[in-house]
Amino acid sequence: MAGNIKLEIVTPEKSVVNEEVRIVVAPGSEGEFGVLIGHIPFLTTLKTGRLRFVDAAGQEHLVFISGGFAEALPDKVTVLAESAERRREIDVQRAQAARERAEKRLTDAAHQEEIDRQRAKAALNRAVYRVSIAGL
Amino acid sequence: MATLKDVELKIKAVQKTRQITKAMNMVAASRLRSAQADSEAFRPYAAKFAEVLGGLAGGSDEAASPLLVPRQEVKNVHLVLCTSDRGLCGGFNANLIGRAESFCRTQSAEGRQVSITNFGKKGRDWCRREKLDIVDEYLGVVGARFSFNVAMTAGQKLVKAFLEEKYDAVYLIYAEFISMAKQQPVFKQLLPISPAKEPEAANETESEQVYMAEHVCEPSAPELLGQLLPRDIYVQIYNALLETSTSEHAARMMAMDNATKACNDMIENLTLAYNKARQAAITAELMDIVGGAEALRG
Repeated sequence: MAGNIKLEIVTPEKSVVNEEVRIVVAPGSEGEFGVLIGHIPFLTTLKTGRLRFVDAAGQEHLVFISGGFAEALPDKVTVLAESAERRREIDVQRAQAARERAEKRLTDAAHQEEIDRQRAKAALNRAVYRVSIAGL
Repeated sequence: MATLKDVELKIKAVQKTRQITKAMNMVAASRLRSAQADSEAFRPYAAKFAEVLGGLAGGSDEAASPLLVPRQEVKNVHLVLCTSDRGLCGGFNANLIGRAESFCRTQSAEGRQVSITNFGKKGRDWCRREKLDIVDEYLGVVGARFSFNVAMTAGQKLVKAFLEEKYDAVYLIYAEFISMAKQQPVFKQLLPISPAKEPEAANETESEQVYMAEHVCEPSAPELLGQLLPRDIYVQIYNALLETSTSEHAARMMAMDNATKACNDMIENLTLAYNKARQAAITAELMDIVGGAEALRG
């Protein structure tokens, strides 16, 4: 491999990751994609899901990503997300609770309005990903 | 003339007030630091976001998103007003509300319906007094720690209502933090998103535009722009909330600092009066004794 690429993951509240990595694999809205050094300039929105990267020491890391987009340049990847958490930062209990809440809302007859359902589905999706990443 | 006891009580009272204003000053100082840290943390995101959005907007037209299209006829306008929840911060809220008031007046003069989303209790209370149409209110946000989610929830509602044509334009009033001594009310148009930003991006050098054009975009650039624009609204609201919080704490710090100084002056004057009164009492007593002794001798 030619070398390392700089990865930056920022949310409005803080910078989550800022380091040199070997490879980044991110969940693009049109499909998962990997970035190595020398990638062509690339801009895409991201799905809620799991971002994977291998750091300079060869260690693999997982990051939960929701509501963001990514820009890849030959020497740098920038991810802007509404929320991003490293695997060890995920609050599993909170995610479990959110999951139960969302499931209940989806089966509940009182919340049959489309927007409510969409929000509940999105919340469920986030919770499921959080739990699955934390459990890996 | 005030008796000794009166002056003494008054001094004690002012000292207690000073204790409170001093404490509030220190609390505001520490909150100000954390608010500034939050603003600092937001800056990289905001900068990168503006860069990407600017690059994308350069090559697009109004057709990219309904959020860019100005309405032919503007009948219903919406105002997002950011104020603080608590008082004791000088003219801070009065300035913001004054700005909102003049906005409402001009809009009503043109026969437009104004509705309001409130961040902060002071603005909400004002709207209630004036019997304005309050659509939403968020209390306990400004001046406290809040997350991006708050801005997002509010932003989603605004964007939705705009697309449903409930509002034809959305404006924002917040306080911009300029320095410790200066916070300025700012008035901004949120929706439709004005293309005024584009020249700004273009200024950054022509190569910036070309550089963005080289990007492979997924989905296509206009679609991507369409998805990013609503987020731009959230970013702007979040920024407004951060600025208003920082300004509130700075304003309170200044107000409390002035109050503490005023207390010091008052205590100084009162102490002077107290000493004079005490002297007068001692002199009077001495005169009594001397007078009595003279009488006995005589």
